[in-house]
Amino acid sequence: MFRVKSFSFEYAMPQDKDSAMPTLSINNRPFDLDVDPAMPLLWAIRDHAGLTGTKYGCGAALCGACTVHLDGEPVRACQIQVRDAIGRKVTTIEGVEGKVAAAVQGAWQSLDVVQCGYCQSGQIMTAIGLLSQNPKPTDADINNAMDAIVCRCATYVRIRAAIHEAAKNLG
Amino acid sequence: MQNEQLPVGSTSPWWMAALALIALAAWAAAGAVLWHERAESQPANPFLKIATVLQHPRCLNCHPRGDNPLQGSYNHPHLMKIARGADDKGAVAARCYACHRDENNDVSGVPGAPHWQLAPVSMSWQGLTPGELCAVLKNPQKNGNRSLTDLVKHMDEDKLVQWGWAPGKDIDGKAREPVPIPHAEFVSLLKEWVSLGGACP
Ligand code: FES
Ligand code: FES
Repeated sequence: MFRVKSFSFEYAMPQDKDSAMPTLSINNRPFDLDVDPAMPLLWAIRDHAGLTGTKYGCGAALCGACTVHLDGEPVRACQIQVRDAIGRKVTTIEGVEGKVAAAVQGAWQSLDVVQCGYCQSGQIMTAIGLLSQNPKPTDADINNAMDAIVCRCATYVRIRAAIHEAAKNLG
Repeated sequence: MQNEQLPVGSTSPWWMAALALIALAAWAAAGAVLWHERAESQPANPFLKIATVLQHPRCLNCHPRGDNPLQGSYNHPHLMKIARGADDKGAVAARCYACHRDENNDVSGVPGAPHWQLAPVSMSWQGLTPGELCAVLKNPQKNGNRSLTDLVKHMDEDKLVQWGWAPGKDIDGKAREPVPIPHAEFVSLLKEWVSLGGACP
């Protein structure tokens, strides 16, 4: 019943696409992108803005590898469309900054969280989103936020410890 | 000394017992005919049909009993243990809108409609009988302080409610089953129910 199908995602540019080029603010930089406004934000970020730190895992909101921030909130870039991001602030793993981001980065390094790394952009973006709104998360808060980000290397225990560590360092 | 008393009932002739049984059966049959006639002469409470929509997975999955949304045709818990959160729109850093847009995504199979969210706990409908559901639905303390007329308007016009009639495709590209009654008929049934004072079955 819980079968998860893997499928390839091909985005075909419609012929009647809006001729106006959408401008996106990504990591505080404007990008004029020659893309259809209905394109998943993920492809605009990776293939058109050239920011490949955000990963493609499933294309179906099932893994969280593609998580970026839209106005500071974690969202799945494979589901959000370019038109949803117009006039808003997109932040990717390459552009994330500030006190919380530094605490998360430090904790991730000190606990050596990463294994292969493929999911970690999504894990880190979600952890920053969580700690930005809830600086002292309980285990339950961490589960609720992070359960939906899949790690094939099963670094979950270290992720939880690193979030607690970052919270501690944030005071 | 031996007890010579006969077993109870053995003094009654057998035909008396048979007569009593026949009388009982005739009485029951007459009752059933009367009940059936009365049921036929009274139209069924429209809420019984309304309940088939409200308790269809397309509606019920976001009116769960607990703190996790449900999914699919069998009301299984939402994959990835998605949680309700304080405002019914998901937990911190795992919000509904992180994945669900304001329209269906028929490429990935992720459903969407404006203000995608769970119904509040007071509107948990899972596991209720039609009568219980009716009582909960029309209780302003449980239904978001809506009158019966407000309820009709809400179920007629709200975009998230309307999604139940156009639920898009699933991850396999198959059309999701919509709720069982056409929208116009559903709204007429609601109006009929309201005209009966919101009578519960
Ligand atoms: S790529 Fe898996 S959730 Fe977006
Ligand atoms: S570190 Fe390998 S998938 Fe998470």
